[in-house]
Order: sequence, then structure tokens, then C-alpha cells
Amino acid sequence: MKALLVNYEYCTGCHSCEVACRNELGLAAGEFGIKITEVGPYKYTEDLGLENNWEWVYVPVLTKACNLCEDRSKLGKLPSCVQACQAWCLYYGEAEDLVKKFDGKTRWSLFSK
Amino acid sequence: MADFNEYMDTVNREAYHDGEWQWQEGDLTVTRTTHWSPPGCHMGCGVLLYTKDNTLVKVEGDPLNSVASGKLCMRCLDMPEAVNSPDRLKYPLKRDGERGENKWRRISWDEALDEIEIKVKDIKKNFGSPSIVVVHGTGRNIGWQVPYFASAAMETPNVSTFGFTGFACYLPRMIGTSAKFGDMVLADASQCHPDRYANKDWAVPGCIVIWGNEPIKSNADGFLGHWLVQCVQQGSKIISIDPRLTWWGARSAYWLPVRPGTDAVVGMALLNVIIAEDLYDHDFVEKWTYGFEALAERVADKTPEWASQYCDCDPDDLRGAARLMATSSSCAIQWGLAFEQQLAALGVTECAADLMAITGNIDNPGGNIFIRCAFLIEKRYGLGDDLIDPEVYNLKLISKTSGINESNIVSCADTDAILSAIETGEPYPIKMFWIQSSNALACPGMDAPRVYAALNSVDFVVVADPFMTPTAVAVADIVLPVAMSCERNSVRTWWTPVRSMVKVTSYYEAHSDEQIVMDVGKRLCPENWPFATDEEFATWYLLDQRSPGGTLFDKDFRQLVEQGGTEYWDWDETYYKYEKGLLRPDGQPGFNTPTGRIELWSFGYDRWGVDPLPYHLEPPESPLSTPETFKDFPLVLSGGGRSFEFFHSEHRQLPTMREFHPWPLVMINPVDAEKYGIRDQTWVWLENSRGARCKQLATITEQTKAGIVHAEHGWWFPEQEAASPNFFGTFDSNLNNLTQAFYVGQGGIGSPIKSMLCKVYPVQDGDKLPHEVVAEQGNYAQWEPGQRYPDIEEPLVTYIK
Ligand code: SF4
Ligand code: SF4
Ligand code: SF4
Repeated sequence: MKALLVNYEYCTGCHSCEVACRNELGLAAGEFGIKITEVGPYKYTEDLGLENNWEWVYVPVLTKACNLCEDRSKLGKLPSCVQACQAWCLYYGEAEDLVKKFDGKTRWSLFSK
Repeated sequence: MADFNEYMDTVNREAYHDGEWQWQEGDLTVTRTTHWSPPGCHMGCGVLLYTKDNTLVKVEGDPLNSVASGKLCMRCLDMPEAVNSPDRLKYPLKRDGERGENKWRRISWDEALDEIEIKVKDIKKNFGSPSIVVVHGTGRNIGWQVPYFASAAMETPNVSTFGFTGFACYLPRMIGTSAKFGDMVLADASQCHPDRYANKDWAVPGCIVIWGNEPIKSNADGFLGHWLVQCVQQGSKIISIDPRLTWWGARSAYWLPVRPGTDAVVGMALLNVIIAEDLYDHDFVEKWTYGFEALAERVADKTPEWASQYCDCDPDDLRGAARLMATSSSCAIQWGLAFEQQLAALGVTECAADLMAITGNIDNPGGNIFIRCAFLIEKRYGLGDDLIDPEVYNLKLISKTSGINESNIVSCADTDAILSAIETGEPYPIKMFWIQSSNALACPGMDAPRVYAALNSVDFVVVADPFMTPTAVAVADIVLPVAMSCERNSVRTWWTPVRSMVKVTSYYEAHSDEQIVMDVGKRLCPENWPFATDEEFATWYLLDQRSPGGTLFDKDFRQLVEQGGTEYWDWDETYYKYEKGLLRPDGQPGFNTPTGRIELWSFGYDRWGVDPLPYHLEPPESPLSTPETFKDFPLVLSGGGRSFEFFHSEHRQLPTMREFHPWPLVMINPVDAEKYGIRDQTWVWLENSRGARCKQLATITEQTKAGIVHAEHGWWFPEQEAASPNFFGTFDSNLNNLTQAFYVGQGGIGSPIKSMLCKVYPVQDGDKLPHEVVAEQGNYAQWEPGQRYPDIEEPLVTYIK
């Protein structure tokens, strides 16, 4: 099963995936195939024993408009959002291959239909 | 990016037409090229332009171009919206009413050129060519074209990025490190290698210092910020020196939230720790540097405890950061505009340069590499200034106090000297402004109302831009429509690789920057403009440039275009050039400085009358320097941080950008919001001690620490009334109502732009708007021609060395 994997530890919230996707799907203003959510910034009141006690993270969320760039895949191209992703934190492929990237250290999320 | 090779392996080279520069996909033509503005940017990433019937339909990143590997900002992805914007200028316009009325008459290019030719020749004859000032904006790829135009057509030495005092943009870092190192320097994110992160000579930086900028948003100075995000994924630790919490700070080993304007204090403390704890690279210091003892003596008492009283950083964090820098496998410093937008611009630059040097992070993999523009194509700023009669050249407007000016290391004229000449008529009056792709009122002009008054008093003003800007409405007599990136044949090096942009569409009568300067140049000084086409002009720049022996490049414009638009230079990707005799003209090992070494005690600085060792200058108004003023204006005001949506004052007319970022935002910490009764997403005034103010939308966030607010720059509202007095609302949210001209640091360099004091309070219905104040009384305070405002309170703390 095809899926998108996000290593959201490194997402910078740059909006490139959102705009690249809109270019692909031709969606109207205010509509998205992929949309960034933001948590933080805040500092944990308790020391979590981490190198950095700040939380500030972006996670891209796929909406139901996303078709995993079917047409592009047929042409051998990367999904629009993956190609544009400035943090190189989006991956496309077979779900079972993608989960092998989980490294036990950074935060990941797998999206599929 | 855990694995660069793996990513590149997933790119289907056939699908992306490896080896071709232009092909057909269905009814679309695809062109492989680079983007380098307009709309503006400092980078030049590889793009695939999709066009149909002379229209740009879509832009994608080019995965096979090594600069950005297919990754693209939202600004490039949204380029069709800019190129096809209904707001664009289609034809040359001549003012048809009073200045500011926004009444225009369409004229032909011939009429425009006729009028310009007559006026310029008349001004040259009656007042001398230096009474013409030529201005260019930043990031529009006109950094060689317009200076050449100033020299080779206008015959004036007065070319400038007019408006910001103290050369407060990158130049101080460039000349500051050139003086000490003999070369310019850049953090190494593998960008000089065509095979990038897979290059076997390159190593991931052990630690990255992000100092005074947010590189993922600004991509400034030929450096793509996201390159470093890749380094972090490969293991680089982060030190963030920034009053704002950025992406970097939230992921850092150390965040040093420096009080704006005191970065040199941080730098001196880092040097202190590294030397006091004997963590410096003895071998490198001994073999390759000069003046270490003097430096050690200067910073001996600059302990972290001492520093914390000025910079507000935790002493333990300063100590930890210094140790990390010194003990990492390598340390790259990515520095930014905050360096020179403070008074001690050259002092901070010295600190950063010395930190690179004493830790041995010079021209090493993953450290700080020496860099020259590819194939020596751009040798220096000021192309063609040798064409100007030396007597005329000597009339260049420079500041009287600036040693740097006198040594003529800065080819451009001094903004304050120009402003003074306009206001006082001394040493001679200014009769004409040629403004190409600069929006002085909305963006670079310190004390925007004052800049407006000055420009409005100049007899003849031409503005060339893709859009009708506030500056054009307010002061232009003729407006020329400028073509955008995909409508332009152009070349550029900003470091490496050399890049070309090729014209694939056209837009009404918009002409490229190159075409415009050529057409005017041919009228004024035809002997200097022997180019039949823009392609010939581009080839001349690539190969010749009137420099003895030309450049080291050997391909013409078309060849560069047809190989996809880029070529890397092996010199830039070579490490340890100082060991290999690649830096000095005599081919000997060492550095291209008078001593042949890196000068920790700098002869260049000394000659300029600047302290040759690290120093700090306290902002003229600050909690320490003006405690009385601080009682009434209790917040430090910083500003000018970038956002993904905009390049300086550009992109405000694009619906997508305004959807993501509708209004100017001032960041206020929750503690201050509570204290001053500010609610999130409400309009507030930022006001300074001379009563100048602007309004922005409050965003309550931990991204700035308590006591410091951060406002945005470059705002105007293309949807608002263009005509006087509103001028697209450009004064109303303009942070530059609060900045000021004529306040500079040592050597005439640096200005306290990012370190002011202000108070914050809610906007009320009926409050008088800044544009109304400008219309009624000109400005918030009175000034003497050619002088800065008098100090409201005599500063207590000034120079610390
Ligand atoms: S895979 Fe394609 S459709 Fe789905 S979010 Fe990415 S760009 Fe949009
Ligand atoms: S393009 Fe990548 S880095 Fe940018 S917001 Fe989307 S997922 Fe995050
Ligand atoms: S840095 Fe961003 S805006 Fe600039 S050329 Fe690259 S993608 Fe385009």
C-alpha cells in the first residue's frame, strides 16, 4: 500500500508542501491536500531530562483531497509535496518499506488511505 | 534527509529529462533553468518552468539541480501568481498630475527613453553627473548590471542601495572578514560540491552556530538556509544566538537569547572561555594567525559572568556553547543581518571571525570555507567604475567620519551622505534619482517620512519596477515596467555555481533589467554599450567584464543555458586552500593579508580607524545606556525578521501570500502582553522616544522573550488607496518610522536598527494614523538638514573594549 511518511522532527513549517500540493490538485484558497499543524512553542515546566526542554513542532496532515499524486506517480515523478519539501522530511513509497525508516530517536508519522 | 544518495536514487532521471534543458510534456513546454528574480530572492535555485502560449503555468523545483535538489520555497512555487498578477505594470508611464496623485499617462518606450536622455544630458551638463544618484534594490539580480549602468551610462559614482544607514547589510561582514582573512567566508553545508552531501571530502559540521538570522526564512547572501536542516539531520548540534526562539533555538544544544545589539559581548565571552580553558587550536593559532596575545589580553576579563550583565544570557550557557564550539569535530557559523544592524557591527564580525580562527575552523570540511564567485566572474562590486573620470569619481558621496569610505573599499556611495546632500545641497545638490527595483519608502529607508521628504525634493525621479510601489506613486516622474525572472536572459554568480536564467515568456511591454540599462546606456554613452542583445551582454559578463585576462569561465550564455543553467567551480570546493598556495597572488601558502596570516589583531581595521580587536558599542537607547528613557519605553524593539511568504517589501499583492500571512505581525511575550494589556491578534502601536510610531498586529508568543518585541518590516497594502497621502498605507505599519539616519558605529559601519526602545499600547478607534501625520506635519519630530536627531538622554554606557 502506498503511503507518505513524515519525519516531523525536522519539518520547518515552510508551507512549501501546501502550495506545491495546491498547484498539483488545483484547489481553491483555504483548501488543502496537505496542511501543517503547529504545537508550541512552549517550555515544559518540568525538566523532561532532554537536551532541550522546548516544544515546537510542525506536523503536516493529509486531507481527503490527497490522492497521493496518482498521476505523477504514473509518470515516474515524485509526489509534488515530497519533491518540494525543503526539510527533506517527506517520503513516499510502500508503507511496509517506509516504516523501516523509524529510527527510535526522532518523531515519525505514516499517512495512508 | 537521513540518506542523500537514497533520496537521489528515488528520483527517476528519465521522468525529469536528465540532460535536456527544454522539452514538451503534453501541451506544456518545460524549461530547466534557475530563478533569480524578480520576484526577489538571494538564492537562485534550479527550477522547471512550465509554459504554454507565452504564459507561465507552473513552477517546480528541479530534482537534478544540485543547488536545492528540487526543493522550493512557497514563493517560487507560487511564481505564476506573481508573473500573471493583474497588478503588474504593462507599459511605461509618465506622471500626469501632481506627484502622489497617482495619475499616469501611458507612453511608448521611445518616448520614455527620449525624455530620460534629454533630462540626463541636461543634468550632466548643468550640474555634473554626480548629481545623479542611481539606486538598486537587493535580491533582484541587478548587483552588477545597475552599478555598471551608473558608471557606464550615468557616469556617476553615486550608486547605492539607498536608505539604510551604516551600510547595514552584509557588506560589513564581507569587508570585515576580508580584512582579517584576506578572503570571504561561508558556512560549509556542502554547497560548493555538485554531488553535495555525498561528496567524500565534505564532513557534516559537528556544530552549527546560527547567529542573528533565521536562515530557513531569509536564505540570505547566497546561502540556502534549509541546507543546514539537512546537516542537523546528519548530526550537527545547534547553537542559536538570537533574541527570538527560532526553529533552531527549539532544537538547540544552547540557545543564547541575546539582548538585541549586544552580540559582541556574547562573542567576547565565547572567546574568553575558549582561551581561558585552553580549548583553542594551538597548532592553527601558532602556524596561521597573527596577534593572538593581543586578542587573549582583550578578552581576558570578558567572562561569561561579566557578559551576562550586558547580554542577558546565562553564564553557564555561554560557557557550554563555547566548549561545544571548540570541541566539536567542526564548527560552522551561519551569521546574519543582526550583525550590522547594531552599532558594533565590525566588533561582532571580529568576534565571529576570531572564533572561526582560534578553533581552527577555517576552510575545513563542515567548517567555514573561503569562497569567491565562481570562475572569478564577479570580482568586486562596482563594475565599470574605472570608466568614470577620476576627478568625477572623487566626488563620490561618502561620510566625512568614515575611515572605511576613505580607503575606498566600499564601492557604493554612503546613504547618509546622499541624504545630507539632498537636504543641504552640500557638497552639491542632487538633481535626479534613478531607482531600479528598490522601494525605499516601504523597505530600506531609515526614518521613512524623512526619506520621503528628501526624495520628493529631487527634481527628476525614474522608478523601474514590476509593480507600482509606494515609492513610485509618491515620487516618480517616469515609471518603467520591469520583466520577471522567466522573462529575462540573465546570468549571475553569487558564490557558486554560476547560473543563468533564460527568457521563456514575455509580458506586454515589460523589459528586463538588462534591456532597460542597455537601452538607456546606448543613448547616453554608446561606446560603453557595444552589445546588440541581452544575450551578448550576459556573455560579456561571463567572459570579459573589461578585466585584464577576462574571467576564468569559457562558455557563452547560450551554452550555459543549454547545459541546464549551472556550472560549479572547483576552486570553491577545494579545502585548506591556504595550505595549498591557492589564496595569495604569489602562490605561496598562507592568507592574502599583509602578514600572510589571519589577523586576529587587524591591520585593516586599524587603518580604517576601527578598533583592531573585538569591541562592543551599546545602542544609543537601551536599558543600560538610557535608564530614564527606558522607564517610559520599557521594551527593546527589534525587527526585520523574515517570513516564508515575502521577500522584503515584495509579494504583498499576491492572494496566496496574504492568505497565509495577511498582516504585519509584532511578536510580544505573554508576560509583556499581560503587563501592557495587549490581547492576541489585536492592533497595537509601537512608539519610541521621539513620538514616532507604527501599528502592527500583536501575536502573543514565546518566540520572543519577555522585555523584547519583534516587529516586521517592508509592509505596504497594495489593496489600499495608492494616492497621497495614503500611499498604499506604507507609513502606517512602517517600522522605519522609528529608525533613524546618521547614527553609525566605528568606521561609519553599523546602525542600531534592530536595537531600539519602545512602548506598546492598543490602537484605539480614531487614533491618528502615521500617513496623516506625514501629510500634516511631515514627520513625528523636526530635524536639522544633514543632522541626526539630538539624543533625548545622554547615553551612560557607550564603548566597551
Ligand atoms: S501526495 Fe500529492 S496530493 Fe497528496 S498531499 Fe502530497 S502533493 Fe498533495
Ligand atoms: S514542505 Fe516539508 S518542511 Fe515544509 S512544511 Fe511541508 S513538510 Fe514541513
Ligand atoms: S530560495 Fe526560495 S525563493 Fe529563492 S530561488 Fe530558492 S526556492 Fe526560490
